[in-house]
Amino acid sequence: MASQPPFQRTLEDHSDHVWRYLRGMVGQAADDCFQETFLAALRAYPRLAEDSNVRAWLLTIAHRKAIDHLRRVRREAADELTDLPAEPAPDRAVWSAVATLPPRQRAAVLLRYAGDLPHREVAAAIGCSEEAARRSLHEGLKRLREAM
Amino acid sequence: MSGSPDPIEVALGAPDPEAMAAARRFADRAALGGADLFYATEASPLGALLLVAGKRGLVALHYVSGDIDVTLDDLARRRSPRIVESAAALDPWRRELAEYFDGTRRSFEAPLDWSELNGFRRRVLRATAAIPYGEHRSYKAVATEAGSPAAARAAGNALGSNPLAIVIPCHRVRHTGGGLGGYTGGLERKESLLALESGLG
Repeated sequence: MASQPPFQRTLEDHSDHVWRYLRGMVGQAADDCFQETFLAALRAYPRLAEDSNVRAWLLTIAHRKAIDHLRRVRREAADELTDLPAEPAPDRAVWSAVATLPPRQRAAVLLRYAGDLPHREVAAAIGCSEEAARRSLHEGLKRLREAM
Repeated sequence: MSGSPDPIEVALGAPDPEAMAAARRFADRAALGGADLFYATEASPLGALLLVAGKRGLVALHYVSGDIDVTLDDLARRRSPRIVESAAALDPWRRELAEYFDGTRRSFEAPLDWSELNGFRRRVLRATAAIPYGEHRSYKAVATEAGSPAAARAAGNALGSNPLAIVIPCHRVRHTGGGLGGYTGGLERKESLLALESGLG
């Protein structure tokens, strides 16, 4: 029988990565998506294989929730995403610039740097080849540097 | 690559205090639906207490000695890993404990989960739960009440593994001659509880 540690520990260990990923992906909807992500994770948690990469698993769920959200509000999303909460400079500029990236590049950049996942896990979360994930990441970073 | 860190990576990787608030909101909500167990630590005159409850009632009440992770890991293995921290979800028990320590409560009403307590151990703890506030019984009396008059020592062992300290009042069981007997939380705590209940606390 799989024996995972108490879910609270999983929540505390990974909430920061998941939060930053969602904040970059969906802006103001980060909390809704965060709650949905961890609720889905809590439900499936006892069936999670013991040797799983838990953060990659959580970020994969978060990615699905973020994409669902972006699809739901496709039209409004563009406005909403630039409407990020105020932050101290210079962080704010980076987060605002991230919000302007196309979803695929945004996801790749955030999974890599907010979620701290290796390229292979970034690709798995998005559901593409590692090659394609590296390309999205590279493109995203290039645009960010131009925007800054 | 070395040298100065990439400002983009630094900004995206910096911890955000809002994450912790979101996690707390999640845990409080999950305790109402989704989680199988929820826990909180609570200060008391006898030191910190760990409370764990599920849908059927209170599952564990321990004195915190060292790391609560040992207890939580054990519950995750034995019961369910769907465990979250939520003081709000434990309010009914926390309130009754506070009243008990204030001397304004003499019995506990919030539900206890007896489902994992079986056989002789269960009978011993049931007999103990029935000892009124401020009174005490001998180990032999409790063993007799549990159906095994000769099993005073085994009754002592069952009480030593009481998962619900204070609310199943194993502190009210002492030696026939008046000796305090044992107490998992330490004899000082046992004395304090008996003193509280005799109005001397």
